[in-house]
Amino acid sequence: MSATAKPIANTRSGTGIPTARLITWWVIASEIVIFGGLLASYIMHRIAHPEWAESASHTLTWAGALNTFVLLTSSLCAVLAHQAANAHDGPKAAKLLRLTSLGGLIFLCIKGYEWTLDIREGFVLSSGGFWSFYYTLAGLHGLHVLAGMIILLIVAAEAAKNRELQRVECIGLYWHFVDIVWIFLFPLLYIAR
Amino acid sequence: MSTEIQHAEPGIFRKYFFSTDHKMIAMQYLFTGMAMALIGGFFAYVFRMQLGFPNQNVPGYGIVTPGRYNALVTMHGSIMIFWVAMPVLIAAFGNFLIPLMVGCDDMAFPRINRLSYQIFLLSAIVLLASFLVKGGPFGGAWTAYPPLSASGAYNLTPIGATLWLLAVALEFVAFLLGGINFTVTTMNSRAPGMKMYDIPLVVWMIVLASIIFMASAGPLIAGAVMLLFDQTMSTGFYDPTRGGDPLLWQHLFWFFGHPEVYVVLLPAMGIVAEIVAVFARKKIFGYKTVLYTTWAVGFLSFVVWAHHQFVAGIDPRMANIFSVTTLLISVPITEMVFLYIATLYGGSIHLDTPMLWALGFIAEFMIGGVTGIFLGSSGTDIYLHDTYFVIAHFHYTFVPIAIIAVFAGLTFWYPKMFGRMLNETLGKIHFWGTVIPFNVIFIPLFITGTAGDQRRVYSYAQFAEQSRPALQHLRTTSTIALLVMLSFQFVFLFNFIWSLRNGKRAGLNPWRSATLEWTVPSPPPHGNFAEMPTVYRGPYEYGLPGLADDFLPQNVPD
Amino acid sequence: MTTEAHVQHPNYVKIWAILVALLVVSVVGSMSHVRAVLLIAAFGVAVVKAYLVAKNFMHVNVEKRWVPYLLIMCLLFIAILFAGVAPDVMKHSGLNWNKNLASQPAQSGARATTKNE
Repeated sequence: MSATAKPIANTRSGTGIPTARLITWWVIASEIVIFGGLLASYIMHRIAHPEWAESASHTLTWAGALNTFVLLTSSLCAVLAHQAANAHDGPKAAKLLRLTSLGGLIFLCIKGYEWTLDIREGFVLSSGGFWSFYYTLAGLHGLHVLAGMIILLIVAAEAAKNRELQRVECIGLYWHFVDIVWIFLFPLLYIAR
Repeated sequence: MSTEIQHAEPGIFRKYFFSTDHKMIAMQYLFTGMAMALIGGFFAYVFRMQLGFPNQNVPGYGIVTPGRYNALVTMHGSIMIFWVAMPVLIAAFGNFLIPLMVGCDDMAFPRINRLSYQIFLLSAIVLLASFLVKGGPFGGAWTAYPPLSASGAYNLTPIGATLWLLAVALEFVAFLLGGINFTVTTMNSRAPGMKMYDIPLVVWMIVLASIIFMASAGPLIAGAVMLLFDQTMSTGFYDPTRGGDPLLWQHLFWFFGHPEVYVVLLPAMGIVAEIVAVFARKKIFGYKTVLYTTWAVGFLSFVVWAHHQFVAGIDPRMANIFSVTTLLISVPITEMVFLYIATLYGGSIHLDTPMLWALGFIAEFMIGGVTGIFLGSSGTDIYLHDTYFVIAHFHYTFVPIAIIAVFAGLTFWYPKMFGRMLNETLGKIHFWGTVIPFNVIFIPLFITGTAGDQRRVYSYAQFAEQSRPALQHLRTTSTIALLVMLSFQFVFLFNFIWSLRNGKRAGLNPWRSATLEWTVPSPPPHGNFAEMPTVYRGPYEYGLPGLADDFLPQNVPD
Repeated sequence: MTTEAHVQHPNYVKIWAILVALLVVSVVGSMSHVRAVLLIAAFGVAVVKAYLVAKNFMHVNVEKRWVPYLLIMCLLFIAILFAGVAPDVMKHSGLNWNKNLASQPAQSGARATTKNE
């Protein structure tokens, strides 16, 4: 593609926040309303249908808890990467970002196994109100995990060469947001009866 | 410490198809939007022919069957809102103007900008592809209420329904990306010296529109995923027999749908503000008030949505609340219109074509606004809902937004975009030939609507109590006026294309405007400014005493 | 590279340990049969965890003031959505109306409506 030089527009900072981080906050704001809309719809239906508690009791709490642990740990790696990037240590930041991405992969693998068990029991997307929401919510979240994993690796590749270190913090912010969404999905889908 | 962009002259592909330059991306959005407008306009021609001359062969189309009629009105609405109004008002004008007006060389993220157009183009292609599939394009109305939209057995366009949903979803992603880019650029990339209140109103409006879009589109994206699954994966999110609720879709849709109309209104009002100031040679009366009322409108727009659902069976106490908020929101909008009129008062008015369009916007939009009062009060809305009164009301708001304000902007910024002046005489002919027929199309529809004519019915011949043959002359008048209006658009197309090569050369600042985009060559080069400007004052310094000229540009030192 | 001086980085591992401890609390609490304990264990803990991540990992508290306000505004819009929609979707009956179909147990699998596409 054309010049890798950034436009002056990218380097200015009228707000005092670097443009990369500013756009990350706006992305997070837009994701809050997307997940919020879906979660609000789920909560309304769940309260309206107390009989869904029976379906909800079949979700595998151990898998959800383990996944929460995995995401929390990967968030730790992400923020340590940010600390390393702040200290201008690109290769260390890259290593930590790759660990974060690995955490995402483990998350998806556990989920894959968990869903296999669910499907074997006969619980699929069309199995009824609760399961439709369950798969849609967790699935949308999972897509965001997958996208995050890929971007983490791309940022890590540049960071390893000590380039574009400001992006380490930004992808970290996105990853923490994905973690926070899961922090709420876990009780909503796995614990609440 | 900043690097400047220097490239070798790019090849055709780089320059026209893979450009990251905001001005080229603006042109891509503009021409795609204009092309889609031809399609949406053609559909309006077809279904109005059916309504004016029922069950006759439509020249250039054929016979309009009931299913085809439904698809035509669905596609007309969807295309005009998502693929004409939004790309032209927000993406085209936003992309072209924002970097120039805030004084920088491009958007903060040019590659994301390019990606947003590519996704937008893909969305248009997906929509057009739905015209070719079995069953044809989606026929469940642009509002896509389930179960009609969820079940192919009901809407008879199962593949079209899913393609439509995917096209809308892609369009949303494109505008989320683009809008976030505009917001970040305006917040961060301004020229030194340009404070918050020195930003031209059109830029503010486009940014606020982007923010409103972002905040309201989220729940609908969630709802669209659920509808997609209902259509394709046998889920029952909106099926009451399976624990779902169709009313949920309605709420999610209108939670977005109402702010959406302000998303398109705000850029239109911004364009009109710029033009009024320049052609009245006067500062905007109450810039900060305009701004604060816009923020109020933006917030209020999120608490009025259920006025689209008064007859859907919502809780009547909610209907009370939404009636109040809906009537409330008319206040700040009216205030903004008054501020524009106050700007005109005492000004030195020049009735060039852009100014005619801007004044036309104010007059026609006001009619749209006052007719909305009858729909915002739940009592009268119970009678008027789903009649042609509603259609006439929203065309009296949408046509000023998507057509009148767009022509205002195009005739105003054409010299900057293309380096040539449009022909004034043709411009004036086009103006009168559009605005007068426009009124003749829709005033009869207020009358037929009040008499009880229902929307989305392809022919009243089948419904004895609906047929009201005495009113047929009004329906026919409306159709003929549409034909007249459409023919005058050829005047514009000719003017646009002819002036590209043969118009008078524009020079830097033919309208003698004070904002930054008029300080660069027409059209602006890559990188926009040979030397990045510094800003010393607000954008509307016109008519100041003691000056050599009657205006002072933003970048001229004191 | 980041352009502003950073506050002292807190001990991130310590924060992580607190988060994991809270996770254990919520799992243990979920096995309780007392409804209040269950809800606090589930959602109270979630709110605390989210706050800790936002504050310590995302540094929302040292960011410019308007950033958390923007994020809270987005949550507020969702709250408005919930308030406007819940009276219709969340209830099965009200003043003079009933949702008959919704009161029946939900059917699983294939649609209750006839013909399919």
